[in-house]
Amino acid sequence: MAAHGHAEQHHGGPVAAHEHHGAGKYIVGYIASLVLTAIAFWLALGHHMAGGPLALTLLILGGLQIVVQLFFFMHVTEGDGPPFHSVGLLLGLIFTFAIALMSIWIMSFHYQVQ
Amino acid sequence: MAVVEKALRDAHGHLSGADPAKPLEYQDPNQSLRILGFWLFLATDMLLFGCLFATYLVLRTHTDGGPTAHELFDIPGFTAETFILLTSSFTGGLATLAMRNRNRKQVLAWLTVTILLGLAFVGLEAQEFYKDVLEGATMQRSAFLSAFFTLVGTHGSHVSLGIVWMFSILLQVAKRGLTQVTARKVFIVNLYWHFLDVVWVFIFTVVYLFGVVM
Repeated sequence: MAAHGHAEQHHGGPVAAHEHHGAGKYIVGYIASLVLTAIAFWLALGHHMAGGPLALTLLILGGLQIVVQLFFFMHVTEGDGPPFHSVGLLLGLIFTFAIALMSIWIMSFHYQVQ
Repeated sequence: MAVVEKALRDAHGHLSGADPAKPLEYQDPNQSLRILGFWLFLATDMLLFGCLFATYLVLRTHTDGGPTAHELFDIPGFTAETFILLTSSFTGGLATLAMRNRNRKQVLAWLTVTILLGLAFVGLEAQEFYKDVLEGATMQRSAFLSAFFTLVGTHGSHVSLGIVWMFSILLQVAKRGLTQVTARKVFIVNLYWHFLDVVWVFIFTVVYLFGVVM
């Protein structure tokens, strides 16, 4: 198998030995991120929803943008060996959202700190 | 001499342990390990932003009689910043794609476009901060403004650092071509760039859109 790759590289150069990757995935990702952003602007500036549901919808749209960047641009499913990076990333995401959302939750009690 | 060096480089690059089915940046296990390390850095950087977002969300209404988010934010300004950064994330992705297709010229071109868009973003943000300060909305004015400038400023300094870093990788690719090492560098600087785009999506949602609406 290695000899085969070797021969190919010597005859056709490094480019010929590898399949050409198209830009389709990137274009789809870019369009998806533009559409998600446009929806967020339209909802927020058009006064189509009340405060609470609007905030939740905007956050969900933000979450979808994470998915677009991770899967269309950042190649999160690829890697060498077990997906340790996904575990680290997931843990980071859980901590990040826990810190932000629980801070809001605790502050919503309106207790005065003595 | 040059022939021997080239033969050694080819042998090292394409035969010893290299799997042509894998993308260029993953062919050497040492480079794969560095990519893993960079993912872990991104997870910790996310925690930094998580803390700054939490602070901002708690303090966003604490304006102390000073300017509020609603009065301060300029819709065309942050709309332009958002579309510039989204586009730069796409062009950065195209640089990664060109790297995988072993197209050095395209890598250089897309990195240049990404850097220019990054500069436009930082320029707009600096202009926005300057305008805020002229209107008396300084960092010291209220808890809201302290949290605002810290969160958005930390993101802006990440982008500024990213521009310098990407430029240094542009020079390396121009000088050394696409090796397993420079390919890994192109890959991780773009991981960083996409990460900053995600952080910006949340800044524009939680800071700017929430600020204009609520």
